[in-house]
Amino acid sequence: MRVIPFFKRIFFCVSILSGLLALTACSGPTSSNTVSVSAAFEFTSLDPAKNGFVFSRMQVLETLLDVDENGLLIPALAKDWHISEDARIWTFDLRDGVYFHDGVLMDADKVVNSLLIAQSKHGALRNAPIESIQAVGDHSVVISLSRPYTLLGAVLANYANGILSPAAYDKDKKVLALSGTGPYKVFQFAPPHKLVVEKFDNYWGKKASIPYASYLTGHRAESRVLQARSGQVDIVFGLDPASLPSLQRVDILNLYSNPIPRTIVLKLNSGHRFLDDVRARKALSLAIDRQGIARGVLRIPGSETEQLLPASMSNWYLQNVTSETEADAGTPESLLASLGWKKNSQGMLERDGELFELTLITYADRPELTTVATAIQAQWQAIGVTTKVEVTNSSAIPMGHQDGSLEVALIARNYGFIADPLGVILSDFGSNGGGDWGAMNWNNKALSADLLALEQTSDPVKYKEIAQRSAQIIYDERPMIPVSSYVQQTSVNTRIKGFRFDPFERSFYLNEMEFVKQ
Amino acid sequence: MKAMLFKRALQLITVVWGVGTLTFILMRSLPGDMSYRIAASRYGQDNVDSHAAALVREELKLDQGALMAYWHWLSDLLQFNLGDSLVSGLPVVDALKHMLGHSLLLAVAGLMLSVLIAVPLGLLSAWRGNPLDSVLMGLSSVIRAMPVFVLGVLFILLFALHWNWFPVAGFGTPAHLVLPAITLALSLAAVSNRVVRDSAKRTFQAAFYQFSRVKGLSAWQTFRQHGVRNIAVPVVAFFGIQLVSMIEGIVMIESLFSWPGIGHGLAHAIFARDIPVIQGAALVMGILFVLLNTLVDIICLWIDPRGAKTL
Repeated sequence: MRVIPFFKRIFFCVSILSGLLALTACSGPTSSNTVSVSAAFEFTSLDPAKNGFVFSRMQVLETLLDVDENGLLIPALAKDWHISEDARIWTFDLRDGVYFHDGVLMDADKVVNSLLIAQSKHGALRNAPIESIQAVGDHSVVISLSRPYTLLGAVLANYANGILSPAAYDKDKKVLALSGTGPYKVFQFAPPHKLVVEKFDNYWGKKASIPYASYLTGHRAESRVLQARSGQVDIVFGLDPASLPSLQRVDILNLYSNPIPRTIVLKLNSGHRFLDDVRARKALSLAIDRQGIARGVLRIPGSETEQLLPASMSNWYLQNVTSETEADAGTPESLLASLGWKKNSQGMLERDGELFELTLITYADRPELTTVATAIQAQWQAIGVTTKVEVTNSSAIPMGHQDGSLEVALIARNYGFIADPLGVILSDFGSNGGGDWGAMNWNNKALSADLLALEQTSDPVKYKEIAQRSAQIIYDERPMIPVSSYVQQTSVNTRIKGFRFDPFERSFYLNEMEFVKQ
Repeated sequence: MKAMLFKRALQLITVVWGVGTLTFILMRSLPGDMSYRIAASRYGQDNVDSHAAALVREELKLDQGALMAYWHWLSDLLQFNLGDSLVSGLPVVDALKHMLGHSLLLAVAGLMLSVLIAVPLGLLSAWRGNPLDSVLMGLSSVIRAMPVFVLGVLFILLFALHWNWFPVAGFGTPAHLVLPAITLALSLAAVSNRVVRDSAKRTFQAAFYQFSRVKGLSAWQTFRQHGVRNIAVPVVAFFGIQLVSMIEGIVMIESLFSWPGIGHGLAHAIFARDIPVIQGAALVMGILFVLLNTLVDIICLWIDPRGAKTL
């Protein structure tokens, strides 16, 4: 008897619930008002020092200065900046009418507060020779340095130094809410997979036309390819090159291939008794079939490289180096023979009863590294070098550098992490002759002096001259062996127009995108 | 019943302490410097270096002895505080709620669907016998032998790409749940339909079952009054075990469908040596294990009260 009223009640509840759901669906992000992005990397924190890359790309976070596609600094939250004659005082004039996402107006004090907090955390600002960061009036920020430091502009453009509202932090400087200044504000933060941002109407620059944007971590390259094919995701970054031919046949997709300043490099322990002579390092470099790796393993013909930095970073790129100059050095066999290595009956190199054995470590964060490592293992085997490949965590590289246990490591180094490559070059080859991700137990006084000079050189002609000299030393001495450069493969759904790729991977330029009217 | 519940409560306390302690000892005895691992997960592969590791070591006081750290964890636990993640700095409870909520949703949806598939198929198979039984046996073996990952990709190709009915991956709407739940359900049903079939066949052939037919009850009456309960006991116990193992063991499905579950989260926490998250996750799963087992025992007891003495 009571069954009917019970069902009525359930029906009533279900109708109310579905009504509510429909209402929320109308006001929230849907596929028709959201541009969706999928990429491989997870995020866990709101703190710009930790995961600022995702908030900078989703345009929540902005920095004082921005970087154009050629790596040149351009105005952002600072509309202008001046450097004193002794190059130790930098003055930034702030833009007027900039609002944080919590509705507070930006001024010099708030910018200083944000920079001081960034300075106290891990990042490039912490290592810069800064004496003080001060507000002058409401619209100027002055940074005083203990020595000239041309990199400061590029360091300030790094995502870790994004400007947040004072209310974004708690008393321990922990980020509670990401109140930035970008054209989008955080709508949903569901670490480690999903971030949804909503258009910010009080943005100072070009306002977004698409109301929402979502970022979804797609761990597997296969899933990301399928998301692109099905049209579920509008923009997919980091496509597997093997999938490109089939994606080209999909009508709803436009594909983009863009070189980025990231290079696959071998980091060598130049203090190791087998590798302390430059001839050994050159022999190992010569034994690598870069073209074969680019074509057969990475499937990006033309991505092979003998240099750390790409041609787009012309200050650091040596025009005279080609695969022929590489071959002029001799053959791997002749170079190793000149060091006393002889092949034994099994065809492996031996010297004083000791085999030429190396342990190569790499990490699984980037799946291509493991396959390239095994290709190099086979190529070195052909000249008689036994290589043991160990796949580990990326932190094993700096740890192995510090405790001296590292022999060889295959890494993917991002030379555009600081917009001016000098930032990374300095930490990799700086005054102590090496760095956690750079040279190891290798010291070249001329290079150290040159890099120190570059930190203080603002004349572009002189800068290029010194940078070229430094690049030549690194090429000749091979404390690191470049293998291949990176090309970012991206698919964009045809319903989106206005996509452009940022080679420094700082922004997705979502505010420039529009839906194509159908 | 009271004695059983009391026993289970004691078990729960032992599990909480045991699992937490064991995880702590295991994670602490792994080789390598924890601070580097945590720094790599915090700052990303491009930004991890010895400065970052030193900062992490100092901030988290990783230099303090293992005993001290253990004591902190234990005293926090007594106050029902699971601590903060070493990587994100966010409370472990929030991360667990997010991950476990999604895992439970997927696991329960997958299990329900698998029950809907397995029970009718198993009963039909036992009732009709060959050739249907052999066909279902072959099909179950093929699905079971196939990695769940392959099954998932097949469904994506069919339902998401070809027909465009459901999204490929992601979470947040009911549509996102369909493909991972069906994938999970099919791989579970491939085994459980056999368990149903065996249990049903055993019951159908039992003397008491034959007798009830002989005494004049119809097939349906016999099944309802003498079949259901007898078939259900081993089946319910098996579904219980499946549910427990599923909550922790669906990493491949979570990864393929970008589903933020606890299996995936736990794997990442282990890479990052995020001990509070690992301890928290292991703890919650241990508790769930005991609770689900208790629930299964209670249901079994309700179905078959004769087992009360053995519990």
